[in-house]
Amino acid sequence: MILAISSQGPTLESMVDPRFARAPYFIIYDTEKEEFEAINNSENANAMHGAGVQASQELMSHKPDIAISGNFGPRAFQVLNSSGVRTALWAEGKVSEAIELAKSNQLEFTQNANVRGHWQ
Amino acid sequence: MIKISVASGKGGTGKTTIATNLAAALSARGKHVAYLDCDVEEPNGGIFLKPTISAKSAVSVLVPQIDLEKCTFCGDCAAICEFNAIAVLKDNVIVFDSLCHSCGGCYHVCPEDAIKEVPRQIGEIQIGAANGLKFMEGRLNIGESQAPPVTRQLKRGMPASDIVIIDAPPGTSCPVIEAISNTDYLILVSEPTPFGLNDLRLAVGMARELKLPFGVIINRSDLGDNLTEDYCKNEGIEILLRIPFNRKIAEAYSDGRMACHQSDNYGENLYRLYENIAGRITND
Repeated sequence: MILAISSQGPTLESMVDPRFARAPYFIIYDTEKEEFEAINNSENANAMHGAGVQASQELMSHKPDIAISGNFGPRAFQVLNSSGVRTALWAEGKVSEAIELAKSNQLEFTQNANVRGHWQ
Repeated sequence: MIKISVASGKGGTGKTTIATNLAAALSARGKHVAYLDCDVEEPNGGIFLKPTISAKSAVSVLVPQIDLEKCTFCGDCAAICEFNAIAVLKDNVIVFDSLCHSCGGCYHVCPEDAIKEVPRQIGEIQIGAANGLKFMEGRLNIGESQAPPVTRQLKRGMPASDIVIIDAPPGTSCPVIEAISNTDYLILVSEPTPFGLNDLRLAVGMARELKLPFGVIINRSDLGDNLTEDYCKNEGIEILLRIPFNRKIAEAYSDGRMACHQSDNYGENLYRLYENIAGRITND
């Protein structure tokens, strides 16, 4: 299983970022290989419009099964959802804790975007 | 035809009050006047002028429609889109219409000819008349983000008249530029407060960049501070008119009534201001 977690920093000890597409980093974690990769998202984080479209589209090359963040905007959610990526709401601690919750099936999944787009 | 635009930088300084009363004062003195409400995100000139609307027309922009039978999901269309309006996924393409700026880039780069441009309505234009003056208003639909196409279409349909008064939106970004471009003179309505001055500076920068002749009206000129006066003096900016605060005018405004009907002075001062400007425009 591959997880994509919005993160405030590039390590497993970084805090999960409450914003999805405007987080500074994404941590891509492979639960089988127990390996991770940090992706710099600063360009999308500062986009005027459509951060959610771009960030979620770029994540697709990593083929995530689950995206974890505090909030998902409407466009990011639509891209993730139509690509079959499940979206989980959690941003109460470190990336490593989010990974543990995913492994133990304790994440809560959302069926809708839970916040409005930026500038709306 | 003389085109005068009214802008402010800061919102709430009295743009619409000046624009509607200027239009009404000129019309009452025998001029053929057209008033264009280019504050398409929040047009409110009609509240005061109370026009009878005789025609409406739709404003549409072109957005991409993807033919998934032809699409190979190469991603070229998403890559060229500066506004991230297209997401190309493994076996699907999502177009976010509200982000699209209708540049046509995706349509041109698509190697499979899988993109068609289709119209999408984003607003409406209303045409009418009020006490002898011609009235036009643009209205952007709620939830839409792109005012300029509505303003552009509104200005394209500008009726023939002696004088056109253009009521611009607040701010100094694209919707304002679109409204004031190609006008003969720009009136900047400010107020003597630090906020009014800050935004006046931005508006002056915009006017200079566009090489538009302009002058300033200081509204509620007896409230606040002297910083706006000092700024104009130092910059060599003409103060066209100072309008002191008047409770009767404020009450009329909040009732949707015209200021120039409350006080003879109000309309007369604006008429004189027009003559002052018009003399210079024809002299140039």
